[in-house]
Amino acid sequence: MATPTTTEAAASPGSAGAPAGSALTEAIRVAVPERGLRQDLRATVIVWRRELIRFRTDRLRAVTALIQPVLFLFILGTGLGSLAGRGLPPGISFRTFIYPGVVAMGVLFTAIFSAGSIVWDREFGFLREMLVAPVNRGAIVLGKCLGGATVATFQGIIVLALAGLAGVPYNPVLIITLIGELLLLSFTLTAFGVMMAARIKQFQAFMALTQMLVLPLFFLSGALYPLNGLPAWLTVLTRVDPLTYIVDPMRRAVFSHLNISPAALSALAPGVSWGRWVVPLGLSLGIVALMGMAMVGIAIAEFNKTD
Amino acid sequence: MTRPKQAARSSEARRQGTAGAPLGSAEEWPRPGSARRGPHPHRVRTAATPLASEPPSRPGLEAQAQWPTRGPAATPLGSQESPQRKAEHVAVQSGAEAEGPAQTSGPAQTIPAQPGHGRGIAISVSELAKRYGDIEAVRGIDFEVARGETFGFLGPNGAGKSTTISILCTLIKPTSGKAVVAGHDVVTERDTVRRNIGLVFQDTTLDSYLTAEQNLRFHADLYGVPKAAVGPRMRQVLEMVGLWDRRESLVRTYSGGMQRRLEIARGLLHAPHVLFLDEPTVGLDPQTRSSIWRYINELKQREDITIFLTTHYMDEAEHCDRIAIIDHGKIVAIDTPEALKASVGRDRVQISTADDRAAVAELAERFGIEAAMREGLVTFSVESGEEFVPRLFAELDVAIRSVSVARPSLDDVFMSYTGRTIRDTEATGADAMRAMAQRFRGRR
Repeated sequence: MATPTTTEAAASPGSAGAPAGSALTEAIRVAVPERGLRQDLRATVIVWRRELIRFRTDRLRAVTALIQPVLFLFILGTGLGSLAGRGLPPGISFRTFIYPGVVAMGVLFTAIFSAGSIVWDREFGFLREMLVAPVNRGAIVLGKCLGGATVATFQGIIVLALAGLAGVPYNPVLIITLIGELLLLSFTLTAFGVMMAARIKQFQAFMALTQMLVLPLFFLSGALYPLNGLPAWLTVLTRVDPLTYIVDPMRRAVFSHLNISPAALSALAPGVSWGRWVVPLGLSLGIVALMGMAMVGIAIAEFNKTD
Repeated sequence: MTRPKQAARSSEARRQGTAGAPLGSAEEWPRPGSARRGPHPHRVRTAATPLASEPPSRPGLEAQAQWPTRGPAATPLGSQESPQRKAEHVAVQSGAEAEGPAQTSGPAQTIPAQPGHGRGIAISVSELAKRYGDIEAVRGIDFEVARGETFGFLGPNGAGKSTTISILCTLIKPTSGKAVVAGHDVVTERDTVRRNIGLVFQDTTLDSYLTAEQNLRFHADLYGVPKAAVGPRMRQVLEMVGLWDRRESLVRTYSGGMQRRLEIARGLLHAPHVLFLDEPTVGLDPQTRSSIWRYINELKQREDITIFLTTHYMDEAEHCDRIAIIDHGKIVAIDTPEALKASVGRDRVQISTADDRAAVAELAERFGIEAAMREGLVTFSVESGEEFVPRLFAELDVAIRSVSVARPSLDDVFMSYTGRTIRDTEATGADAMRAMAQRFRGRR
């Protein structure tokens, strides 16, 4: 290269001597194939992998995302525990009670933040690179949702590792169940975030809006209190909150692995009820999955509209 | 899918003289640029006129699939996809492999060219218009770009350049009119067009938190570059822009010029037929600008590619085979830089003499030339400076100390077609803003 600038000259020593002379003599021909399912799948995978690469290189984000759950679990949990512990059966601390909710919280912000990176990408141009590609935009949106879900689940697993400190046993079945539920939760949350990101053009606006929505969702989900015996208005609100339908299965999973009496179990983890009818576990998870898929659908439709 | 032409143009093949005569002669296929001085009448609103610079057919390749060669009317929609294309997979052909005589002629003759690999028109635009509410950004433009040509859109900010390029890249839909890129309609065959074009935008679209290599791999997967081809092709494009050794660095650590070069490399990764460069060197320092132009020129040597670019730098427009000058959404002139300059006219001669006043008088008396003092020099214009200067030395009695002859620049061309210099039209200092944004990005 005849006139590299000084920085580049320093940065590329020996490029002339590289044994690549032959490769340079002629263009390598590439045929970009017809658009199809395989191409879309490949696009989904690379968008997913990009999320993982960026998560791996951004350790600070993993650490900061851990701070909030730890604060809730140990500071709030211990502090309020001295008060709330009186209502709990012996051997169960308040920390144990809020543990499932805190695990859910661990993925909450990471998932939303991952989705928010779409807005960031839009501001810094990279989104354009994705949107002009000859692939189905649905494949890109799906890759983004799956990427966010994976990354957030990793984050949740870090919180899961704290189980012992909250008096929850490291039972393999329990852990696998929780990881599965975390995946579902993360996917739905990311889909929610991506859906919002399709419309919001500024990162600050996105963060402000999602924070405004996420905290109420978290507080209404029953993560910090049992869902029975609430005033009617709060009962209705908790039943409307989609997060309720994932926090409850997680709590049921945790409590079924604790050594407590059936009476205490039904008091602490009664399940979500509509009127007197207790929503079965499958339906509860199904609601969350359905919402996730619906939001992915909306997100795809939104991204297909914009150019 | 191989590109027949490259095999023929490989320097290996040339040196060894192995290529069959028909292929060897493809070497002589005049690129439009080589016909620069040829007749180029002003071609405004003449979409139907075949290009004067259209290359002659290449021997031995005539029977192969071709692009629709005569404008939009000849383009049956949706019928351009050949069945071979669907079945294509890996097609890595390194220079080394092409050395043997058999290989050299092999791929070129046995593999039929895909649509878009015949000779012909790379871009064809007719009556194209785009309206935003009351604002007419593009007001019915027509032009054609031949394959292998470097075609420049020159005009001030807001003239409609970016709108036009966005339509051609399928990023926005035209209000009316038609545009065919690489043989496919930009509205009805959007994805096919996208597969066949490379894009380098004004503003960076790299992920600065990934390495250069990761950015390219991302692109390769999105564009479905065959997996076996990704590695070699990536190396090739990165070496071309001199970034191979920095491929593992985060893009964040790159300078603005390096980022732009990486974007060009990425735009080429999937071997597009047409490369769109929207203000490729805006906001870069002059040295980097010239190095980017060197890469583009090298690229034209090596690959069978059509380049469409927009610029508002006059000196850059000179790199193009042909230029369209666009102003207020209309093409006001379209021709080779030389022809455009010739149409504006006369060369400017400046001399310094022992006695300037006597020189002015003598010029008027003996040559009938009206000269004036400008910048302390005797200044006048003549039809052809090169031819006039020898006469001047022979016939002027006053001793001449120095002579300079300036050909008309594209600045003069722009001025004569629009009545303004291009700098007059730069209202906002958008360049400075962009440079600032780039610096901010670099720091992040």
